[in-house]
Amino acid sequence: MEKTMKLTLKVWRQEPGQNGKFQTYEAPGISEDMSFLEMLDVVNERLIEEGTPPIVFESDCREGICGTCNLMIDGQAHGPEKATATCQLHMRKYNDGDHITIEPWRAASFPIIRDLAVDRSALDAIQEAGGYITAPTGSASDANLTPVPKEAADSAMDAAACIGCGACVAACPNSAAQLFTSAKVMHMNLLPQGQAERWKRTENMVETMEEYFGSCTNHGECHEACPKEISLDFIALMNKDYVKSKIKNRKLSGQN
Amino acid sequence: MAQALSKPGGTKRPAPLRKPVKALPFPLSLGQTAIGKKWLMALTGLGLIGFVVAHMVGNLHVYEGPAVLAEYAETLRTLGAGLFPRGAILWVMRLGLIAMFGIHIWAAVTLNAMNVKASPTSYAGGRDYIAASFASRTMRWTGPIILLYVLFHLADLTWGWWLGDKFVHGDPYHNLDASMSRIPVLIIYIVANVALAIHIFHGAWSMFQSLGINNPKYNMARRGLAAGLAGLILVGNLSFPILSAAGLTDEDNRKCDPYAENVLECLEEQLVEEH
Ligand code: SF4
Ligand code: FES
Repeated sequence: MEKTMKLTLKVWRQEPGQNGKFQTYEAPGISEDMSFLEMLDVVNERLIEEGTPPIVFESDCREGICGTCNLMIDGQAHGPEKATATCQLHMRKYNDGDHITIEPWRAASFPIIRDLAVDRSALDAIQEAGGYITAPTGSASDANLTPVPKEAADSAMDAAACIGCGACVAACPNSAAQLFTSAKVMHMNLLPQGQAERWKRTENMVETMEEYFGSCTNHGECHEACPKEISLDFIALMNKDYVKSKIKNRKLSGQN
Repeated sequence: MAQALSKPGGTKRPAPLRKPVKALPFPLSLGQTAIGKKWLMALTGLGLIGFVVAHMVGNLHVYEGPAVLAEYAETLRTLGAGLFPRGAILWVMRLGLIAMFGIHIWAAVTLNAMNVKASPTSYAGGRDYIAASFASRTMRWTGPIILLYVLFHLADLTWGWWLGDKFVHGDPYHNLDASMSRIPVLIIYIVANVALAIHIFHGAWSMFQSLGINNPKYNMARRGLAAGLAGLILVGNLSFPILSAAGLTDEDNRKCDPYAENVLECLEEQLVEEH
């Protein structure tokens, strides 16, 4: 027989324009094969049947690639499983009778929309400030026309794995967006294709980040929370590029 | 609830917490941004660690007796003698130290204000720390403790506020012994130096990140280096109050009476004899 469990959820409920508070819900009949979000779906179905407004939470791909899901589960962004987004967290991690506390991301620049959904568009502002390259359009160029060192390709790929979920901000005691921004800055700065805008990108994205978020005190909580295990090394590289750019005003001269 | 709520149905982006500023020329521009401030913090921190290490190494002369320690103190005052007036170089170094302290503290205070503004709401259900160490989370406490301690230490052993008549200018060995014979003072020294080591442990590792010093070959050595440095400073600095209280640097066998008029000449003579 399939193993089911009964859980007790403490969920943050907040209506727009009102103060929020925790509500407790029973969640019986949870299969260990469910994902965390499926478990919430089951709870929501029952709430809807009872005529209670369902718990609002965000999700999209449910396979760990879009970065839409975002829950603070028992005081850990994306829950206890390392390198896993909330949607990939499975109920087999839990035992019958467990109590689970679910809270939204908390940061001044992540206003709560409703319940567990927060507005993460401040991250878009950072991305828009420089997360692009200039590419030739028209017919596709030959493959491998631009030599890219294997190591650079590898680390750019590691940085590009960031799905923009905002767990790094949520986990940071300072609400700093350093890990997100450094991933977005460095995956382009590391590649030849990203060189044209390198200094402008670094300065603009960093300065936009600082308009919305706190500053990095090198706790390292972001890396632990990150579902893609983005490395703290990118923060160091971004810091280096930023100051390098400032020293010679490279943003204005455009070159190194 | 300090965390803002977006307007119902609104798609507008949340308002920035800070306005962009017009960039000043380098290096002033560093003081305008958080990453720049962290850079200044790292550099001044490095300078201050240099001072702490030099101060500790210099103070090891205490284990060579009152005459040698007094001579070391005099050497500091007469650095660059012949070219510069007595005490001039020492004062240049002191001003540099004060400037580094000032920048370090200013950056800490302003960055902290920025962080408080950016994270006004804590997790109502509590939160887990996975990577953040005790040291990293207590920087904002160990920092002020160190500042208060530095002021206390100056008042105690440089200005002699509390030792009163027992304070003998130019005889640090005696002053140390007199100071450490008071138990509360001894405790202050021990607590403050533990705080200093904890602060340096996180600061030293943090410095690599802030300055962007990143080399795959040496990255794994950074934590160890920070721990080794903090440990070294802890052992060296704690040895002074503890060994002094334990009687290793007591004045039972002292040749020159610290309260005599001619104590400084006496110490000088003793030094010549010893050589
Ligand atoms: S760096 Fe990691 S935690 Fe931060 S937004 Fe990207 S994927 Fe999410
Ligand atoms: S829903 Fe897409 S990453 Fe979780």
